[in-house]
Amino acid sequence: MRWDWIPTYFPDFVDGLIITLQLLSMSIIIGMCFAIPIGLVQVTGPRWLGRIAQGFCTVVRGTPLLIQLWLLYYGIGSLFPSIPWIRESWMWPYLRDAFPYALLAFSISVAGYEGEVMRGAFKSVPKGELEAARSFGMSRFTILRRIWLPRALQNVLPTLAGEFVLTLKSTPLAATITVFDVYGVGTVVRQETYRIYEPLLFIAGIYIVLTGIIVLFFRWLENRVPRAV
Amino acid sequence: MQHKFKSAILAASLIMASGLSMAELRLGLDTAPYPPFSQTNTDGELEGWEIEIGNALCAAMKEECVWVPIAWDGIIPALVGKKIDAIVASMSITEERMKTISFSDKYYNTPAAFVAPKTSDIDGSAESVKGKIIGVQVSTTHQNYTEANYPMADSIKTYQAFDEHNQDLLSGRIDAVVGDSLAMAPFLESDEGQAFEIKTMLSDTAIFGAGAGAGLRKEDNELREKFNAAIKEIRDNGTYAEISKKYFNFDIYGE
Repeated sequence: MRWDWIPTYFPDFVDGLIITLQLLSMSIIIGMCFAIPIGLVQVTGPRWLGRIAQGFCTVVRGTPLLIQLWLLYYGIGSLFPSIPWIRESWMWPYLRDAFPYALLAFSISVAGYEGEVMRGAFKSVPKGELEAARSFGMSRFTILRRIWLPRALQNVLPTLAGEFVLTLKSTPLAATITVFDVYGVGTVVRQETYRIYEPLLFIAGIYIVLTGIIVLFFRWLENRVPRAV
Repeated sequence: MQHKFKSAILAASLIMASGLSMAELRLGLDTAPYPPFSQTNTDGELEGWEIEIGNALCAAMKEECVWVPIAWDGIIPALVGKKIDAIVASMSITEERMKTISFSDKYYNTPAAFVAPKTSDIDGSAESVKGKIIGVQVSTTHQNYTEANYPMADSIKTYQAFDEHNQDLLSGRIDAVVGDSLAMAPFLESDEGQAFEIKTMLSDTAIFGAGAGAGLRKEDNELREKFNAAIKEIRDNGTYAEISKKYFNFDIYGE
């Protein structure tokens, strides 16, 4: 075992870690913003919107994330030569960068998986509680904000923690489209030092620590929200 | 009885050994095809640039040569163990190998190519890439060269495989690519690659290495001299250029 490469590559790993954390946190936030309405419309209707949401979840969950990522990055990229003006437009700096594609792909993935989780979560809230809220004269939005959504999230916090850990562990896929996250830095170390085990073990260790942080954070969150009787 | 048998074998092997070493030079090549350098055609015959060059070298040395295919990982042991006399198999001259064997002068060196769109005014000079994005394959000599020679570039984007940087060159996400000229050739010949061209060849022995040479036993100084003289001869008399232009549209000898 040789670990003398760690000081040399430490700054790169810090950069990679920042990318990994940015990708993870931003895609969870953006993804959840879509997952909540996607779950909700499948329970409340209107029916046609629920169908669209259901179709979206099926497609996202039914195709490999790697393919989604490559379709977005190289697929959209292959269209650029036929639209020459795009290179002059204000969007170009974002379109040529790989990170936005990774963020988009991961956000879609989170929206798809967690949309399904949220559908179950909204359904699991007892009807009686919602009826009670209505009898208090709460508006539909107030019910959602004060009763339905908090109760739904409370029920699925442990599930979401597990889902976000899975999202964390799929982030290395971003390295395949030139986003150099922790894993990407690790592959560079492997190729430059010809060491195989040590960099892989080092990366594995980083992911275990990150997973631990997510798990602990959600445990803390679970303890903060009051238990349902 | 046993004695006679032994001496018969000894005699036979002596005859064979002396016969082989006098009659022919055994050139080792990789069993795996490496087009366009060496491959077996449908008739089961060896063909390719390196085969033709090897034969031309033998002609120049006035030696009878036979090609001996050997698995790549056993090719240096085969040379040291005298199963072959020279390795003519696109073997890069490296310091690591020099510890075990010696090399002739290089007989080719695929230079790195700087590829950009034909319409682009980037010419591969350090100033012309100012504010541009260059794509390279990660952890290659091309990456090292690009980082050392293009400090004015906006950024250097690293890819896992060279066909991936070609895709991004196509999409316009990167403005230029630094890659192996040989590896880039199929892309430049494809329909998609028509809009791109090699702006300049890059060479830097310190970074890219010295090229490919014939691998020889350390003690065979005479043979090394013969190889070097033959390489010079076919370079000078045009044989080398004539063979090369059938396969490559650039100078494969490098600088």
